[in-house]
Amino acid sequence: MTIRAAAGNSRSHPLGLGRRGLLPNLYDLIIFIFIAAAFVALAYGIREMEAPLAKLDLAPVTLDPAHLPEYALRTTLRMFAAILASLLFTFVVATLAAKSRKAELIIIPALDILQSVPVLGFLTFTVAFFMRVFPSSELCAECAAIFAIFTSQAWNMCFSFYQSLRTIPADLDEVSRHFRQSGWLRFWRLEVPFAAPGLIWNTMMSMSGGWFFVVASEAITVGDTTVKLPGIGSWLALAIEQKDVGAVALAVGTMGVVILAYDQLVFRPIVAWADKFRFEQTAARDRPKSWVYDVARRTRLVRVAFGTVSSATAYLALGRARPARRHSPASRARGGVADALWIAIVLAAAAYALWLVVGYVRASLGIADALTALWYGFLTLIRVAVLIAIASVIWVPIGVFIGLRPWAAQRAQPIAQFLAAFPANVLFPIAVAGIVAFRLDPNIWLSPLMVLGTQWYILFNVIAGASAFPTDLREASTIYRLRSAQWWRQVILPGIFPYYVTGALTASGGSWNASIVAEVANWGDIKLKAAGLGAYIADATQAGDYPRVVLGIGVMSFFVVMINRLLWRPLYRFAERRFRMS
Amino acid sequence: MDVLATTTAPLVEIEHLSHVYRQGGAGDHAVLSDVNLTLRDNEIVALLGRSGCGKSTLLRIIAGLMPATSGKVAIEGGAVTAPAPQVAMVFQSFALFPWLTVLENVEIGLEAQGVGLEERRQRAIAAIDLIGLDGYESAFPKELSGGMRQRVGLARALVVHPKVLLMDEPFSALDVLTAETLRTDLLDLWCEGRMPIHSILMVTHNIEEAVLMCDRILVFSSNPGRILAEIKVDLPQPRSRLEPNFRALVDDIYARMTVLPAGKVSHGAFPGTGISMVLPRVSPNRLAGLIELVAAEPHNGRADLPAIAGDFLMEVDDLFPVAETLQLLRLAEVAHGDIRLTEAGKRFARSGLDDRKRMFAQHVVTYVPLAGHIKRVLDERAGHRAPASRFRDELEDSMSEELADQTLRAVISWARYAEVFAYDEDSGVFSLENPT
Repeated sequence: MTIRAAAGNSRSHPLGLGRRGLLPNLYDLIIFIFIAAAFVALAYGIREMEAPLAKLDLAPVTLDPAHLPEYALRTTLRMFAAILASLLFTFVVATLAAKSRKAELIIIPALDILQSVPVLGFLTFTVAFFMRVFPSSELCAECAAIFAIFTSQAWNMCFSFYQSLRTIPADLDEVSRHFRQSGWLRFWRLEVPFAAPGLIWNTMMSMSGGWFFVVASEAITVGDTTVKLPGIGSWLALAIEQKDVGAVALAVGTMGVVILAYDQLVFRPIVAWADKFRFEQTAARDRPKSWVYDVARRTRLVRVAFGTVSSATAYLALGRARPARRHSPASRARGGVADALWIAIVLAAAAYALWLVVGYVRASLGIADALTALWYGFLTLIRVAVLIAIASVIWVPIGVFIGLRPWAAQRAQPIAQFLAAFPANVLFPIAVAGIVAFRLDPNIWLSPLMVLGTQWYILFNVIAGASAFPTDLREASTIYRLRSAQWWRQVILPGIFPYYVTGALTASGGSWNASIVAEVANWGDIKLKAAGLGAYIADATQAGDYPRVVLGIGVMSFFVVMINRLLWRPLYRFAERRFRMS
Repeated sequence: MDVLATTTAPLVEIEHLSHVYRQGGAGDHAVLSDVNLTLRDNEIVALLGRSGCGKSTLLRIIAGLMPATSGKVAIEGGAVTAPAPQVAMVFQSFALFPWLTVLENVEIGLEAQGVGLEERRQRAIAAIDLIGLDGYESAFPKELSGGMRQRVGLARALVVHPKVLLMDEPFSALDVLTAETLRTDLLDLWCEGRMPIHSILMVTHNIEEAVLMCDRILVFSSNPGRILAEIKVDLPQPRSRLEPNFRALVDDIYARMTVLPAGKVSHGAFPGTGISMVLPRVSPNRLAGLIELVAAEPHNGRADLPAIAGDFLMEVDDLFPVAETLQLLRLAEVAHGDIRLTEAGKRFARSGLDDRKRMFAQHVVTYVPLAGHIKRVLDERAGHRAPASRFRDELEDSMSEELADQTLRAVISWARYAEVFAYDEDSGVFSLENPT
């Protein structure tokens, strides 16, 4: 994880904020309804099948250190399975959105909302659903967990790929059309290489975020049934049940080793390799380095293996090479009537979905429930806002200090990124044990857990921003002897602002998600709870109260979408317009 | 008399200044060596030299942006430890804050001095008017053209009423026409005494620019940077580039800058000897281009470098490395501001592509020690392969990482053109085989 990677790729916009032209907000509403309807359908389906969850034939998880390497490996494998699924999803869905206008109208707003939905909230849903649909077997539980991780990873990758496809330089596009490349050849020879840097960066961010969900998705309780898949998350859940501090510490250590190994063996080599796809004609001054990659590319065996893979893809690319249909430049602009018809169909479906949702929720919930959920949402909102503010006040000066000193930045940046990737929920039990021991007020002291893992996004983005701050501007402010207040106000804060916004919005989104596991915490038989929407969803989940889970997730998504629209998006656009260098 | 002497302390005085870049392991790299300089009232002085000769470092040391390794730097008698209030600086890249308007950018230095809002505004607007930017006060830098931006940079420097104006290649990021307009405007303001400054010290690598604007020119040599010559320019302002005296002076400076440093054994102007010679990245196409140009009418094998530079709007930094690489390859000789093709060079000019490659290969292996070294290693090894890191390490014993990279890239590019040996970027391996 290098500074350059963070700085150089910050242009791949988070949450699709850099999207050209706001799509009509009507679409957001429609998609919102669709997604809510999907949840309702899920919940409805589960309730229909009244049979209790069949006991799974799983080997019980034990707190035996000898099993820990195996658990770590299985956790890691789940992670990679999910990332592969996300890549596949990205290639198919993002390409569809970029090529078909009709698909784009649905897919892009859907992605936008889906990445704001608190994934942890419907974790239980997906687990329960998968286990109902398929006959009970270990593989199905695995699938459910992998699917849950997938839902936390796919959307931003998809967005990045879509954006790259839409910004392919006109000259390369013309060359590709001039030689009448088939769609398949064009995809592998032009589109994927061009999109690679952004996609790889987003994949890495997704994997960093993913550890949190792997840990959360392994031990799931739905109603009276608990599923524990062998892995670090289950180990941790068991350690909490048994109040075993030593076992928690072991899990923390193992997680640290796993993430370090993943950084050295996977992340760095791929970033170093992907450097050659950067669309710049001039050579960069300092390229990302990786010893693994250096060793690999000197090793004959690896080169042979790579050669085989690349000739296989070349064969694949050529195998389907048919001259492209002559496609007219006007094809995207054409078809006003067809569009109108398509929109009408979408609207009709949305109306039906709305009717379904309202019907389902009204059957079991009243207006009072909605108000309660909104109130809890408000409490969590305050918590997130206060914590992001505190984290900013602490980390912005530190990040600036580090970022302006290259030697410090080089050392601190990997640490900050490591901390961001480290699943904070592994540390929760330690904090909870502390709160129990000192009899602290959970309403206040559980809150910091929400930013425990996400605050690092602020730190490493600020470091990246400060280290990218141009030397000539620093020299100008020294020459004209700017004093500290003026320097902060006119020089460095505007300079890092775009980076800060990126970090803060990532942190804020992550904190909402984390609230579902942070506002309720157990230590053995002691249960701590803070009033908030996260606790509301967690409680409803434990009770198997699906209508309330749907309501809670709906309200939380609503809050997150509104904050993104009303706060982060305008801020981001403002930062891009005013504060971006050049 | 003594009293008088102390009050006329020079604006800037530098004695025995040396600067060394410390680098890990590979030894230190001397940037400046024993520089002496005095800047008095009412003069424009140029620091002229090729890129990498340390002239910008010297300017930054005077500005108080970095400390020198040894030697004395004083402004009006006071030692420089931090940016002095008497100096202001104009940057090559303009260094305007993109989020501040033109007015706010100009005001920034006044605000730091604690000047009140009313006066600040007044002075800033006056400076903006002086420099010809009225009407642009509320524009953001990115809305302005390069020339306009540099005018903002100039206004920002003038508004704090510095005694010394430091300019770091102020016109080199501008196109030819814009640069000329700005130079003339600046000279007019200077000659009419409308700028509140006493002296200007500017860094440039453009010989004509230095002769056009300055009263004194200090010519720097490279590696390490030291003052090669001090040239007084007595031509009256406004000067014309076409005047014979002007041309003579430019030719004279060209000649001085192409003189080989005394006592150097190396056959070229590049620092270092043997395989540790630092090589410039010059593409084979440019080498061939210059040979053809010199061989053709009206030069017929011998040309005046300033004339070529003038005809093609090239600057010293573009032209010298090409000429000197030809000299290293024994395809041309450079002296007294002239370039003359050798017999081999003339033959090269007459040959077709295949013969050129053959000749080039022979000269590269014979006269570029590093290329010969790599070729020998590849010949000796059984598999005829060798990793680039091996040679990189050898180079880094005597030069910085960056220079080692530059040198290796230069040799790779020449060897590829000559098909002497191949280099695989992905694996970082040299080999004798050509890719199939």
